[in-house]
Amino acid sequence: MSSSISPSTVGSAVVKRGLADMLRGGVIMDVVNPEQAKIAEDSGAVAVMALERVPSDIRRDGGVARMSDPQMITEIQAAVTIPVMAKARIGHFAEAQILQALDVDYIDESEVLTPADEENHIDKWGFTVPFVCGATNLGEALRRIGEGACLIRSKGEAGTGNVVEAVRHLRTINAQIRRLQSADASELFALAKDLQAPLALVQEVAATGKLPVPLFCAGGISTPADASLVLQLGAEAVFVGSGIFKSEDPVRMAKAIVEATTHFEDAKIVANVSTGLGEAMRGAETSSLEVRLAERGW
Amino acid sequence: MPRVGVLALQGDVREHVSMLEDAGADVVTVRRAEQMDDLDGLVLPGGESTTIAYLLSTSGIRPVLERKLEEGFSVFGTCAGLILLSSEILDGRSDQWSFGALDVSVRRNGYGRQIASFESVVDVEGVGSVPGVFIRAPKIETWWGDVEVLATLDHGDGAHPVLVRQKNVWGCSFHPELTNDLRVHELFTSSL
Repeated sequence: MSSSISPSTVGSAVVKRGLADMLRGGVIMDVVNPEQAKIAEDSGAVAVMALERVPSDIRRDGGVARMSDPQMITEIQAAVTIPVMAKARIGHFAEAQILQALDVDYIDESEVLTPADEENHIDKWGFTVPFVCGATNLGEALRRIGEGACLIRSKGEAGTGNVVEAVRHLRTINAQIRRLQSADASELFALAKDLQAPLALVQEVAATGKLPVPLFCAGGISTPADASLVLQLGAEAVFVGSGIFKSEDPVRMAKAIVEATTHFEDAKIVANVSTGLGEAMRGAETSSLEVRLAERGW
Repeated sequence: MPRVGVLALQGDVREHVSMLEDAGADVVTVRRAEQMDDLDGLVLPGGESTTIAYLLSTSGIRPVLERKLEEGFSVFGTCAGLILLSSEILDGRSDQWSFGALDVSVRRNGYGRQIASFESVVDVEGVGSVPGVFIRAPKIETWWGDVEVLATLDHGDGAHPVLVRQKNVWGCSFHPELTNDLRVHELFTSSL
């Protein structure tokens, strides 16, 4: 038995993307305090997103939405054994440095918060902690991956309880991947230009038929049926923001969405868990919104 | 050709399926109790142990697997799978259960949170050096009974087992499924 310390590497793309792989088939729930975090863990969440206000409240309150108070994040970390994620503003690398110093497990560079830089996203390669970023199409996803994101989620339209935008984003990303797969190698240069995406990543997607990192869905998921829908459309896990703790019975809703995410192809199970759930969160028609969060980031 | 199930409730199922197929197994993904019939072995993937434990209970797979483990069924667990097979869990939820099929005491996230996740080479007895990917990995603190230690790693606080076997039950702290090296999976499939 060897007793010498083995050389090791931290923060590699393999371990950063690897945590995203471990979350596949799961539900990541927004929570605003340790009590909600416990409920999320009890209900089978694979991770929690610690934030001060869920997106529907951020939308209602207006003003500048920033990184959460570190105290709230550390209290949530102490309350649960599952990974804890937290949000930084787009381009706000100092918030990201703070979140890394707090030992969060994933940073969401999120359009739900007010952007801090209108040109540049965070250079995510420089961090040991992995990042998830939102995307509305393949070009945006590949730009974020080029900057070092290790997990992509659809943006959807957060805080609306309306899944239509998340569906649009997933379908767009999938259609654009299929287009790359059917392209001739000599067409990929022009396609990379059209997508405004790094050529090497475009070539990789054309060859493999999938993103180089996992693709999750966020933005507007508020029922077990929504979860089943987006998983059938190719999402590998779901983020649920306002949809759980703004529903009538958060515990039942949380458990039902967890079951529907695992058994998304089994309509009988999804029907069972959907029965008698109480009111889902009150939704909003996206055409009536004053602020479209998905348009933040580029 | 052995028929091997991969528990597909949550986690990195796809990687295990692909590894086992490459290792020559006939692979079935398992989400319901009746899919546990006619298997020669089962893999519990990486993922979140609390989530998988919850779904094992709601799906009705838990009592079926408990019974099969008592009858000597072959099971291999990686990371979360190791936690689920263990006899004792440290730093878990106060109500966290496990199958008690592998006489080890594991500390959840014993190697640290995500920013401490690491890659290191692991020397496996009878196999050689394999790439080890440790993600919020559980640490085996103690072991007893007829647990065989097949690999250890010293990550700065002395050597700890990272791959163990007790008769037909195998567990490892790392993720051989996230690499291109089939040899750990072949150890399991060749035992079936």
